[in-house]
Amino acid sequence: MIRFDNVSKNYPKQTRPALRDVSLEIEKGEFVFLVGSSGSGKSTFLKLILREERASVGAVHVLGKDLARLSNWKVPHLRRQLGNVFQDFRLLPNKTVRENVAFALEVIGKSRSSIRKVVPEVLDLVGLAGKEDRMPGELSGGEQQRVAIARAFVNRPMLLIADEPTGNLDPQTSVGIMKLLDRINRTGTTVVMATHDQQIVDQMRKRVIELEQGRLVRDQSRGVYGYQH
Amino acid sequence: MRAQFVLSEISVGLRRNLTMTFAVIVSVALSLALAGGSLLVREQVDTMKGYWFDKVQVSIFLCNKDDAKTVKSCARGAVTEQQKKEIAAELDKLEVVEKVYYESSAEAFERYQKDFKESLLASNVTADQMQDSFRVKLKDPDKYQVISSAFNGRPGVMQVNDQRALLENLFDLLNGMNRVAYVLMALMLVVALLLIVNTVRVSAFSRRRETGIMRLVGASGFYIQMPFIMEAAISGLIGGALACAMLVAGKYFLIDNWLVDKIELITFIGWDYLLVPVIPLVLVVGMLMPAVAAFFTLRKYLKV
Repeated sequence: MIRFDNVSKNYPKQTRPALRDVSLEIEKGEFVFLVGSSGSGKSTFLKLILREERASVGAVHVLGKDLARLSNWKVPHLRRQLGNVFQDFRLLPNKTVRENVAFALEVIGKSRSSIRKVVPEVLDLVGLAGKEDRMPGELSGGEQQRVAIARAFVNRPMLLIADEPTGNLDPQTSVGIMKLLDRINRTGTTVVMATHDQQIVDQMRKRVIELEQGRLVRDQSRGVYGYQH
Repeated sequence: MRAQFVLSEISVGLRRNLTMTFAVIVSVALSLALAGGSLLVREQVDTMKGYWFDKVQVSIFLCNKDDAKTVKSCARGAVTEQQKKEIAAELDKLEVVEKVYYESSAEAFERYQKDFKESLLASNVTADQMQDSFRVKLKDPDKYQVISSAFNGRPGVMQVNDQRALLENLFDLLNGMNRVAYVLMALMLVVALLLIVNTVRVSAFSRRRETGIMRLVGASGFYIQMPFIMEAAISGLIGGALACAMLVAGKYFLIDNWLVDKIELITFIGWDYLLVPVIPLVLVVGMLMPAVAAFFTLRKYLKV
């Protein structure tokens, strides 16, 4: 599903590389936590998967494609198979819940009839049935994140990338979001989630990848947030 | 691609940026009206130059039967074949002459009818009133005096004309006006382009949320850029249409209803040249120029 072969990433005008010689593989259907302090390279790691950035050294394979050799105009097709969730939700404030989810399908040219069919399904899945016509501003943070997850999942992507999805939420709401992501993972979708939330990582007992100053320092199945000494 | 979605995006964008859109429309309209206007002036100059202007410098008009009665220099009667031959032979011998054309009165009449077909003058002139003429091309256009002194006042010669002296000043004026129009047009064009670039930039910035999401969910670059490009193209097209309206109004009010009455001797350009190619050209340029400018602006300000 995802393979990094000796990947390094240097940004121009920065002496220290953001990623240094990272090699790892993530299989289909896995749930992976990506942990590390700010500036450890988590965001760069996710950006390389999304092909927002290209690796300076080494090869990144996503969904069987070598991203270095993927031409620019094919990138949208790659992204259609990836779902994205962010800390700040990134919803359109002037569109309703239903329209926000439908927007993701409209802009990739899906037919109106298929949009009308799948949007209620996915809103039901994330537990927002009955709130289709609300505006994002009328929803709680947890509900807004559910809309974002619905939008990311409506295309049934192979891979869901979540960048601190619980970062703005209280612990109780976060648990609800994690249950939802776990359910999505059980449908066969690979989930890669960057997080600072120690409690969640420790509870879920999934694979943990830790980055420190751009290096891969830990790759542990059924791991916890910090080192166990 | 869903047309309805794109259309609603475009109308939202145009309304959000109403002041900038208006500025783009006005500047495109003015620059294209100037461009179209100078095309029309150039066509007007070509129309007035007629058939001989670019080919010869001096015309030697010979007396016809009518002239023999009315024109003083022809008091000795119409030109004879013998006189024509002498003049032709002498022109051949002159150093300054490069080439001589002979135009018979019948040919002159035909050409006159064609050049002035839209004017009342054509119907009032008969073949008998036209003169035979020698049209002389000089090696050095300034040596007009040589021909003039050699042939003026000769039996059979009605008049020696330095054609350029008659029209050159007018053409200089028109060409000068054209040059001013070009400079103004270039300046307006720069203003229009800067406004378009800025409008697209503001538009892309105010919709960066939407475009960011579009990018993440895998919308194609074409789909993301389309509303912005169409926005620019539509305001350009409106500007082009306004420019066309100005040109049509100019032709109708300035030429057809004013100059034609004031200056009877000149054939003015007709509607045909304005309708094709000027108006389609103005519309196409008006639409394409902003679209292309928007496309290149987006490459810089809209990461896809």
